[in-house]
Amino acid sequence: MPGSPSNAEDGVKPQSPALRATPLLAEHERLGATLTGFAGWRMPLRYGSETAEHQAVRQAAGLFDLSHMGEITVTGPEAAAALDYALTGTLSAVAPGRARYTMMCAEDGGVLDDLVVYRPGDEEYMVVANAANTPTVLAELQSRASGFTAQVTDRTEEYALIALQGPEAVGILAPLTDLDLGEVKYYAGYPGTVAGRPVFVARTGYTGEDGFELFTAAGDAEPVWTALAAAGAPAGLVPAGLAARDTLRLEAGMPLYGNELGPDMTPYDAGLGRVVKLDKPGGFVGGAALAERSKAGPERVLAGLTMASRRVPRHGYTVLAGGQPAGTVTSGAPSPTLGQPIALAYLAPEVVSGNGADELAVDIRGRAEVAQLTDLPFYRRSRA
Amino acid sequence: MSVPAELRYTAEHEWVSIEGATATVGITDFAARALGDVVYVSLPAEGAAVTAEEPCGEVESTKSVSDLYAPVDGEVTEINGDLDDDPGLVNSDPYGAGWMFRVQLSGGSDAPLPGLLSPAEYEELTKESD
Repeated sequence: MPGSPSNAEDGVKPQSPALRATPLLAEHERLGATLTGFAGWRMPLRYGSETAEHQAVRQAAGLFDLSHMGEITVTGPEAAAALDYALTGTLSAVAPGRARYTMMCAEDGGVLDDLVVYRPGDEEYMVVANAANTPTVLAELQSRASGFTAQVTDRTEEYALIALQGPEAVGILAPLTDLDLGEVKYYAGYPGTVAGRPVFVARTGYTGEDGFELFTAAGDAEPVWTALAAAGAPAGLVPAGLAARDTLRLEAGMPLYGNELGPDMTPYDAGLGRVVKLDKPGGFVGGAALAERSKAGPERVLAGLTMASRRVPRHGYTVLAGGQPAGTVTSGAPSPTLGQPIALAYLAPEVVSGNGADELAVDIRGRAEVAQLTDLPFYRRSRA
Repeated sequence: MSVPAELRYTAEHEWVSIEGATATVGITDFAARALGDVVYVSLPAEGAAVTAEEPCGEVESTKSVSDLYAPVDGEVTEINGDLDDDPGLVNSDPYGAGWMFRVQLSGGSDAPLPGLLSPAEYEELTKESD
């Protein structure tokens, strides 16, 4: 009766000794987390109800262990030039103290990973990669930076990453840090302290809420986590697992590598052509192929679907337009905020730009369930 | 994880309570925990005939969907309408308010019920798949 793990999970038993442990594993076990194998790591899937964790992040705050994410530093006089060549964005234009969402593509324009790149200093960058892609990103960065005076170093083992997300995040973090959080704008990051420990504090996240991502030394993860958990509990902060993280990012319309992004897709397919800077000087890996793709227009368009039925579209299900196959679901889940199932799907462009004459449906295990095209994101927080 | 001694079980993680010629069916605590939050339960219609070991409904949770199997042969006499408004009852009270449907056993109260597991057998099974 229990379903098989979703495609995002390994299907590896969480007890397997082959899985890597984050510095917070003992804390998760103490909290009674349900653990899962994810991208080679033993990670908390949920602590209790994933729906309650999701709602806590929307209404108060949630605390996530993201220590499986890869941290790779690129340093040296030509670090900026090396990243301009290696990635799709213009990282040299990122001011020190700021961050950027960007991608690494293959020569053919396929996406190898989506990344957040921080620039703590003039000659210092930190590339944060998806756990499953970290070995690829590291190898590619090393190879692509080889002609530059820049050093590429995998620091994943040295760092823990804790995300504090939700409308109460500022109020919870402010008394624990030496930084003036009013100065830490969205997509900025600075070194500071949290609970007396050195922490790189970044105002980034993957939930659609305000919040912070806190990079600590592995040995400092537990004291920082427990300080945040204790300080946040009165405000409604709860620990939150990967299940809630997935529904939060889906409501926020954010792509997940392996679902919406992959080596057979370009940033344009995902509607993220804005991360590709075709005219930056010096060129970049994948630039020629992406220039072609930008002219041709996408073969498919990433779109949002909202379901009338309570049956949930899942990864890989076929989308029908007028009864004919017209696309594929990449992610789907019951949306706690909307109270109905939602999905991201790649659709034929004419279906998305059409006049709506063709009724859309998702083939859910043999039955066509009516679907409504919905503007992304499904959820947008109200800004104070 | 609880495995009540008075119930019988299937390898597909349903529980069955037999009273006379009526079987009440739900999914086990083990199954509910493995699924996570149940958001929708599709049940067979009242009056429908169900066949042991064949799917007769489905259980949607945040991360997955699973078939619901009929543990016995018979006719559905009642379904738990409360699950429509509050499918989370399957998580909060899997052996009580989270029950799913009742079946009039086609063989009557004396029918042999092959394939059902004792609590000890079921517990053993969940240890293997843990």
